[in-house]
Amino acid sequence: MRANAVLPYVLIAPSVLFLAAFFLYPLAQTVALSLSDADGFTFAHYARMAGDLNFKDALVNTFLLVAVVVPLQLIAALGMAQMLTKLRKGRDLVLWVWTIPLGVSDLAAGLVWLALLTDRGYLNSALFALGLIDAPTGWLSYETPVTLFFAIVLAEIWRATAIVLVILVAGLGLVPKEYDEAAQIFGATPWQRFTKITLPLLKPSIQTALTLRTVLAFEVFAVVFALGGTSFPVLVGEAYIWQFQNQNYAVASAYAVLVMAISLGATVFYLRVLRTPPEARG
Amino acid sequence: MAGIVIDGIRKSFGAVHALEEVNLAVADGEFVALLGPSGCGKTTLLRIVAGLETRSGGRVTIGTRDVSDLPPRERGLAMVFQNYAVFPHMTVFENIAFGLRMAKADRARIDAQVARAAGLMHIEHLLGRYPGQLSGGQRQRVAVARALAVEPAVLLMDEPLSNLDALLRMEMRAELKAVLREAGTTTIYVTHDQTEAMGLADRIAVMHGGRIEQIAPPMEVYRTPATTFVGGFVGAPPMNFVKTLAADGKVRLGGLELPCPIASGEILLGLRAEDLAPVGADSGFPFAVRVVEPLGAHILLTGETAGQTLRVVLPPEHEPRAGQTVHLAPIAGRWRWMAADSGKAIAT
Amino acid sequence: MTARRLVYYAGIAMICAWILVPIWLIAVGAIGGRQGVFLWPKSLWPREFSFAAVELFLRIEGVGKALWNSVLAAALTMVLSVALGAPAGYALARFAFRGQNAYRLLILLTRAFPIAILALPLTVSFIRWGLYDTVFGVALVHTALALPFAALVSSSLFAGIPRELEEAAWVFGCTRLQAFAKIVLPLALPGIAATAIFAFVISWNEVFAASVLTVRERTLTAYLLTVLSESPLHFRFAGGLVLILPSVVFIFAVRRYLFAMWGIANR
Repeated sequence: MRANAVLPYVLIAPSVLFLAAFFLYPLAQTVALSLSDADGFTFAHYARMAGDLNFKDALVNTFLLVAVVVPLQLIAALGMAQMLTKLRKGRDLVLWVWTIPLGVSDLAAGLVWLALLTDRGYLNSALFALGLIDAPTGWLSYETPVTLFFAIVLAEIWRATAIVLVILVAGLGLVPKEYDEAAQIFGATPWQRFTKITLPLLKPSIQTALTLRTVLAFEVFAVVFALGGTSFPVLVGEAYIWQFQNQNYAVASAYAVLVMAISLGATVFYLRVLRTPPEARG
Repeated sequence: MAGIVIDGIRKSFGAVHALEEVNLAVADGEFVALLGPSGCGKTTLLRIVAGLETRSGGRVTIGTRDVSDLPPRERGLAMVFQNYAVFPHMTVFENIAFGLRMAKADRARIDAQVARAAGLMHIEHLLGRYPGQLSGGQRQRVAVARALAVEPAVLLMDEPLSNLDALLRMEMRAELKAVLREAGTTTIYVTHDQTEAMGLADRIAVMHGGRIEQIAPPMEVYRTPATTFVGGFVGAPPMNFVKTLAADGKVRLGGLELPCPIASGEILLGLRAEDLAPVGADSGFPFAVRVVEPLGAHILLTGETAGQTLRVVLPPEHEPRAGQTVHLAPIAGRWRWMAADSGKAIAT
Repeated sequence: MTARRLVYYAGIAMICAWILVPIWLIAVGAIGGRQGVFLWPKSLWPREFSFAAVELFLRIEGVGKALWNSVLAAALTMVLSVALGAPAGYALARFAFRGQNAYRLLILLTRAFPIAILALPLTVSFIRWGLYDTVFGVALVHTALALPFAALVSSSLFAGIPRELEEAAWVFGCTRLQAFAKIVLPLALPGIAATAIFAFVISWNEVFAASVLTVRERTLTAYLLTVLSESPLHFRFAGGLVLILPSVVFIFAVRRYLFAMWGIANR
């Protein structure tokens, strides 16, 4: 029986060591790299990052994307999850189709939407057929930042709503039907049942989904590159450029620290705002 | 075959004592039921005997071997679990053969033993099925057959019938008793159902708060409970305990006068519900009937005597109405005296 | 009532179309041939069914190797994350031990950080350790992404297998290891396989870390990203299609476990 005291530690040790080496260590290293140069401690890399031509655009663009994409995804996923609860026949098939994008990378999603939205793409063909345009028109260049922005939003919603949906559907599966039925008996309308019963009970799932999605949305990069190249600067894209084209690891690290700080901030924000007290859990 | 000696077993979780110094000797071939409410420590005790739970002190001996520090597989026992623990990915045959295969028995013996155990539990026709295709009762039979197949020296059963419906439970109870008597296996059987304990066991150990309150044959536990807890837990309805005042070595209750073991002071009079009979209004004690429940074989009355609630069981030909007052007296010799402070029985 | 039902089913169909049509169109773009790309206006059906473009794409120097590297990195990620994560999951499911909460916190902490970005500082260490520009190095970072997920999901898988079954095995003669191998593992295997496939997909799809950590040993995503700006459209579409197809199949394979995995992994 003595072995039982040691066994759990033996079992978790490999993963702890691994995460220490490939999560905690690089985490500390990023911070160290961004704060030091040959002479020791410095804020120079942050100054250089903030002084960069693209910095403000990247910051604003990234925040704007998150602020538009994440709420839309939550609303869409909630709607889709509600639709699914009423579906009887073919639920599995519909679920599968709706979760396909879960397996699609951001790069592939960018390429998919590139096929649709490029000059000679399907959107323009449709617009042409409707007589709205008479020649291929560009939507995705730096000259059309607004349409480029919406293209990115579309691609992100297309790709990453599935993960929110999966988390919410899984969460709904854990909420007993009796609550909703009780509310029904006491005369609540469908909308009241949704806002007063489903939403509050789903709060832990919503919290997870929002946290996960927001952290990943701040990481947005490949979709943007696939659709617009470098015409639409975002934070992680800038980090990539500093690392690769400018070979400046320190400024790249400064960008990384910034993105991580924002992610951590978002996580803490959601933890606070969407807190479910333990005594109110089902 | 082997007996079990549980010697001073203790178990504490931090400051909480789940078991305090439990001693119990089970003779070779004996069937002992551990009976008690949930949280009394009976399952913990059984799991310590099985080696599934660590102990804080004390020793367990099976046969002549001290097994206290052995893993479960080396203790030479079999067990039937509350939720059956029938392996879902194995056929019934593979389940029953599991213990034998682990013991590296040869094929002929495995086949013979599985056939015998399955025969005892009447599940020969299910051997090729998977547990998912079986009803709860059938899974229960597989679990018992799996335990019997290894011909264990000691069989441990943890609430094995609690997940069955009432009718099935009664059926299984009778079958278990017959099969285990035949096999002569030393058995410890954990249950919270006093009917099960009464019906099956050679002796019942009634547990409460991590201690054994009484170990005795069923009828003795029923007739002469060692404590008010035992009297209240064993038997349905529970034993009545009437708080009375002794004077000059006697207790007076209405027109009833009983000699009592203490000279004076408070004492509890323990009366089984069915040990009271109606008497004339001039003798016995008055009992104000509040609720009448005709239960077919008998009538259950709930009412009051001297401000205390009593339950009385009468033959069905009596038909008192609620609100009526009847006079009752105990059948000769069928009462128990318990100390008012400790709740322990006082010898007469 | 029937009108409402009609609207309801139309809505479901529209969302299905919203997801499927873009995939169909990139497929048309990829197999429609070189002319198809410049066709104007476009038709919803490919002019000619030819896998010439996809074939051509796969023949391009570097693509085959990148594809192989992607498969290799994903397979390594799959093996590593399950091999490291499943034991931890078992410990979380079966034992109460000091430090359990700290461990859970570590796992959850990984979720608050964009892990792929940690590839940036790792470049320096990887160069020193000889892991830079290797598939194994990429797989290590991808494992950091997939491992927390594997640990949480396998913990819920193991927790879902009644402890009683294991105890019964012990009582009937098994050692801890035997009981695990004979009882727990067979029952957890389908779920573990689903977790493994998910780890594969995580690696297969990851772009940033793979791009940062490789120069010649590109994975498919990293390769596509670097040649993006200078390659013709039909080439990009073919690349996108090749990226998507395996994922669609994999998601189909694990569809039964998707919700169980996320439902519990996110508690």
